[in-house]
Amino acid sequence: MPTIYIDNKPFDVKAGKNLLEACLSLGLDLPYFCWHPAMGSIGACRQCAIKVFKDEEDTRGRIMMSCMEGVKDGMRISVEDDAAKAFRAQVVEWLMTNHPHDCPVCDEGGSCHLQDITVMTGHNYRRYEFKKRTYPNQYLGPLINHEMNRCIQCYRCVRYYRDYAGGKDLNVFAAHNHVYFGREKDGVLQSPFSGNLVEVCPTGVFTDKTLKEHYTRKWDLTNAPTVCQHCSLGCNTISGERYGKLRNVVNRYNSEVNGYFLCDKGRFGYEFVNSENRITQPLIRNRTIEAAGHDAVMQHVRTLVSGHTLIGIGSPRASLESNFTLMELVGKENFYQGITDDLVYIEQKIVDILQSGTIHTPSLKEIEQADAVLVLGEDIWNTAPVMALAVRQSVMKTAATHSTEQVPLPAWHDNAVKELMQEDKGFLANITLLPSPFDEISTVTMNAAPDDIARLGFAIAHILNPSLPEVPNASEALINHATNISKALQQAKHPVIITGTSCWSNALIRAAFDIAAALDMNEKKAGLAFVMQESNSMGLAMMRASSFDRVVANVRNAANVTAIILENDLYRYIPAGEVDAFFSRCKNIIVLDTLHNRTTEKAHVLIPAATFAEGDGTFVNNEARAQRSSQVFMPANKEIKESFKWLSDIKSSMTITANGHDKHPDDLMLALESKLPQFAGVSRVAPPHDYRVHGARIPRESHRYSGRTAMLANMTVSEPQPLQDDDSSLSYTMEGYRGMPPSPLIPFFWAPGWNSCQSVNKYQQETGGSLKGGDPGVRLFEQTTAAPVFSKDIPDAYTPRPGKWMLLPQYHLFGSGELSVYTKGIASLSPEPYISLSKRDAEMSRLNNGDPVNVKTNGKTYAFPLSVNESLPDGIMLLPAGLTGLEAQDWGAWVNISTVIV
Amino acid sequence: MTVMQHIWIVLGVLFVFLNIAAGLIWVERRLLAMWQDRLGPNRAGPLGLFIVLADTLKLFFKEDWIPPFADKWVFILAPAIVVASVLMGLAIVPFAPGIVVADLNVGLMFFLAMSSLGVYSIVLGGWASNNKYSLLGALRGASQMIAYEVFMGLSLMGVVMLSKSFNLTDIVAAQENMWFIVTQPVGFVIFFIAGLAETHRLPFDIPEAESELIAGFHSEYSGMKFGMFFIGEYLGISLISAMTVTLFFGGWLGPAFLPPVVWFFLKTFVFIGIFILMRASLPRPRYDQLIGYGWKLLLPLVLLNLLVTGAIALWLRS
Amino acid sequence: MISHLRTMWLVFIHLFKKKVTIEYPEQRVALPPRWRGRIVLTKDPDGGERCVGCYLCAAACPVDCIALQATETEEGRRYPEFFRINFSRCIFCGYCEEACPTYAIQLIPDFEMAEYKRQDLVYEKEDLLIDSQGKYPGYNFYNVAGLDAGVKEKGKGKDEEKPVDVKSLLP
Ligand code: SF4
Ligand code: SF4
Ligand code: SF4
Ligand code: SF4
Ligand code: FES
Repeated sequence: MPTIYIDNKPFDVKAGKNLLEACLSLGLDLPYFCWHPAMGSIGACRQCAIKVFKDEEDTRGRIMMSCMEGVKDGMRISVEDDAAKAFRAQVVEWLMTNHPHDCPVCDEGGSCHLQDITVMTGHNYRRYEFKKRTYPNQYLGPLINHEMNRCIQCYRCVRYYRDYAGGKDLNVFAAHNHVYFGREKDGVLQSPFSGNLVEVCPTGVFTDKTLKEHYTRKWDLTNAPTVCQHCSLGCNTISGERYGKLRNVVNRYNSEVNGYFLCDKGRFGYEFVNSENRITQPLIRNRTIEAAGHDAVMQHVRTLVSGHTLIGIGSPRASLESNFTLMELVGKENFYQGITDDLVYIEQKIVDILQSGTIHTPSLKEIEQADAVLVLGEDIWNTAPVMALAVRQSVMKTAATHSTEQVPLPAWHDNAVKELMQEDKGFLANITLLPSPFDEISTVTMNAAPDDIARLGFAIAHILNPSLPEVPNASEALINHATNISKALQQAKHPVIITGTSCWSNALIRAAFDIAAALDMNEKKAGLAFVMQESNSMGLAMMRASSFDRVVANVRNAANVTAIILENDLYRYIPAGEVDAFFSRCKNIIVLDTLHNRTTEKAHVLIPAATFAEGDGTFVNNEARAQRSSQVFMPANKEIKESFKWLSDIKSSMTITANGHDKHPDDLMLALESKLPQFAGVSRVAPPHDYRVHGARIPRESHRYSGRTAMLANMTVSEPQPLQDDDSSLSYTMEGYRGMPPSPLIPFFWAPGWNSCQSVNKYQQETGGSLKGGDPGVRLFEQTTAAPVFSKDIPDAYTPRPGKWMLLPQYHLFGSGELSVYTKGIASLSPEPYISLSKRDAEMSRLNNGDPVNVKTNGKTYAFPLSVNESLPDGIMLLPAGLTGLEAQDWGAWVNISTVIV
Repeated sequence: MTVMQHIWIVLGVLFVFLNIAAGLIWVERRLLAMWQDRLGPNRAGPLGLFIVLADTLKLFFKEDWIPPFADKWVFILAPAIVVASVLMGLAIVPFAPGIVVADLNVGLMFFLAMSSLGVYSIVLGGWASNNKYSLLGALRGASQMIAYEVFMGLSLMGVVMLSKSFNLTDIVAAQENMWFIVTQPVGFVIFFIAGLAETHRLPFDIPEAESELIAGFHSEYSGMKFGMFFIGEYLGISLISAMTVTLFFGGWLGPAFLPPVVWFFLKTFVFIGIFILMRASLPRPRYDQLIGYGWKLLLPLVLLNLLVTGAIALWLRS
Repeated sequence: MISHLRTMWLVFIHLFKKKVTIEYPEQRVALPPRWRGRIVLTKDPDGGERCVGCYLCAAACPVDCIALQATETEEGRRYPEFFRINFSRCIFCGYCEEACPTYAIQLIPDFEMAEYKRQDLVYEKEDLLIDSQGKYPGYNFYNVAGLDAGVKEKGKGKDEEKPVDVKSLLP
């Protein structure tokens, strides 16, 4: 560990870092703009100036940019040096000559890095008397607002958008002091990671348009640590509320999971919480007055529950707490997952693999650090966007490491490394059904039907481990691809295989496992990552309940069935006919959910459940990492509460000795652990509800929170008692422990002098490292020394059937989510329903793009316009999955089409 | 005197003094205000006199709260004691020849006895409140009043020696030629100071000392129970003033153009005024200062006064 | 002792001094223009609401008695959707006025706000907004801000150059 002297005090710092990182990691306040922990330094802003001295005798020193200078043992620098300070103040003053007088109307205000740095350097009066430069703004789509006047030319946006996230449509234009950061012309930003510009840009050039709709300053939000609800990766987020509405979602740093970035669905897809479509009142249907209060509904539910055969249908988007409480209520044998047999089978396979401990499943950070990635079948761009971002980093970093191995350059020296890399790329094989934006950084791409992809996988596995069976009738192309890929994987030190459930093929899972296990046997640290469908798919799958098909079979002969359906729109997963058939067998249907949907329409009793923002919940992500999402606000409507609370109310109303007290999430997790040992460790996911720091809770509100005595004064002038949160150690006040909370309970990032999201530096052990006290989340499965069991069962090559098409889903980042489309901007970016056929198929059926096509499936006929897809393998028909209003399909089934004569 | 007459006198004295005590609410506020260059309560009724009514009504309508931790019966008893003992004390004051409730031959002793009883109200009130400030107040009150009772009694012995009687009517009569203020100046000063301490009025309001003890022994009192302490205090002022007049300023004696009763009350009001003036002008001493001042200065002084008075009386006789 | 008597005498003669209090409400108080009394929201010279809903007053308020919600017109001009001051909490410190970057919120010489019901001390925007520029006539925040909110176009401000032509490479 090198020792450097900062202002004559010795400090031990980590080798290989630059001085800025070293100073920030030591907790010093050193201003900067262009450096970003995830993107390295380019030395563009000149803000991070310090003095570097030659040796102990040197008193003059020279000004240097700390972000461009690596640490060296015995180095002597000064942060507090007058000349360095003057230099930094000067830089801000220059930047401010053109900065508009906008803070009061700027959405960045109060969480603005530029404000912080301006204050930090001490600049407070504009001496420059001449005119300010102005810029026109651009329309950048429904999610991001552009106000170019505020730019300070730090280049972070383009470096992030183009270099880090691989976007194309944002760039820097014009020249000299007129540079312009924007698009070539107005239009929607194409990258699904554009939302991060809001946090990357240190000023208010790019701001959150959804927040603008109901603007609130950061200091006024009631915040809580939450977990993103829109895909299985479980990105950590901070959600903020004001006046009973969820106002925004920002990134919550977790070095193992999402790091600094979110996808746009996660960042902007929160509006469902505020939706008009929310269920706000318990309903008892088929009565003159359907709305009922808590007690009335409980009384009614008791009559429906006692003396009936109970069936519980869990949900892949409900928390572990809720699913577990339902399981406890109805009994393990009566608890089902509300998804099809096929999907349950695939997911079970995944859980088996993870639980067996034969293979390591990498976190997103480990994927970033992988040196060869094979994506087998999963369209991660659409189903696990932040994983796609991680894979991109792996590709770039591998190339960078290649280069820096030849020319010794520190990794943070971004421009130099990029210069050296040129077009060099790390290894990525993207084997999917359809081409994706990913292909341009892929070394190998291939588009094929799921079975063919699986065969490729088995072929690779066979090459890696010749004891595995050979793929019968393999084509030459397949063997070629397999040889290339296996060679690259074999050369890598940390190869990662990614697959998932979106192809609805269990062969893919088995093939991916075989590859990873074969690599692992060869003394490699190979990782196998799975992508699931919903935020808690893994958690539900780990409970190992049976599928929906099974419940249908079981209720066929049962009388007096009361079904309790937990936060699950069955019509999204199961073809409508089957769901209807099931419902017709049920005497009573009790549905708990947050938003009205087709399933809630069928409910005899409808119970309003809390969304993630209104309740606590534990979610298990794709790497089987359990993470706690905390309640952001208590709904003013007392009828809305977490499903697990409703369910335990039901349970206690059934037993005579009900003690009536609510179980806390941590109690439930302890019970879950003892009931289902595969969840061992889940109770450590967050400190228990009675955890206190020096006797104090952790406040959800900042110390600048305003309006305490006026917010509710229109209703009654006497202030009510602050809300009491019995389920966690977070409080609904401004008072409490202001130091560093335990990492699962960080409600927002803030440090004295650091109001913007850059304050996260202060929460990290070192810049860009893990949070102090370790990153939140508990991984439930770790690799053991268990020997892998390879799969020998290789599917036949896919052959199109004449006149029939294999129906497969196409997922869309914007549109396929059940909840995210409640955000207007996301809805407007969602595609309209379509049917996709390959070019040859379309030609053979004499169809053109846009022609209406009828599909017959599950006894129903759907008509959608045709979209011809050149890269789609023949004989496959794609339907967009999960678009609002689109019913679930029998994915993988063979269907007919007919053209309509208009 | 007939029984009827007696009853009339009793009722008269009660009526007059209760009214004086109530009126003092207004008098004190206005005087304090004027001495502080303000106007004081002048809105309700003529000259703001109805403030008395308003205040009384307020006290009546306040919640009559007995804290759950208090000793209930003692808590109720305490304020009654203060009013009762002061009113009893008034029984022996001769307002004019023949106008006296009880013309006791041990009148002075009775007065001293009654004023000693007053301490019970403070001690019991403070103790029953079951609150540390109240208890502190009560303790201070007890030691202060016990101490000052001693000087009060001793300071009056000079008067007794000169008038050769404990009967107050006789004492007044003995001042026919010369008020005792002339012969007993030291006795007067000490009596007056002791009176202040006995009524625990500012500057000697050490048992309540709101800035230290948040109202001391009556912290927990509200409504009419507090009102009793309040009235008791004003009655106490009136009693001490009346006794001062009786003992040192010739009681009802005065030039004949006014009836004796009027003389008596005029003089009494002057002393009430002085009581209020002291409140307006003097700061509160420290507790130890007060007690030290009593035992170390007043006690020798009063004994000296007694000695000298006795000596002179003996010398005069011989 | 003597000094005590002297004090008493000095206090006593105050009985005859002129009183400093006045007989309000028959006699009115002369309030200086900067007196910190009732709070109002003022308007721009063009008649628009001055408040831009920046929340700075709310943050500055030591008793947290200001609550508002910002919203926007079609043109992007920010204004408060609601603006509430709970005067039963306000201590008339004037911090809100000091914090306000637009001169919107101003304390005026008026303290006669007593109410029989505490609830009536909660003022909404309708009660606060006055049709005047208050103490700072002629100021319009949007004239000096960089933002185009329908008041002045980009580059039309006094201290602004006209917008950069992104396509030009001329120096
Ligand atoms: S970017 Fe920051 S400094 Fe600039 S106007 Fe916005 S809040 Fe103010
Ligand atoms: S737009 Fe923001 S991130 Fe981009 S250069 Fe300007 S200030 Fe930096
Ligand atoms: S005057 Fe002071 S207390 Fe009143 S609203 Fe303004 S800041 Fe708040
Ligand atoms: S500080 Fe001024 S502009 Fe900002 S919200 Fe308050 S009144 Fe409006
Ligand atoms: S942060 Fe070092 S030059 Fe920008």
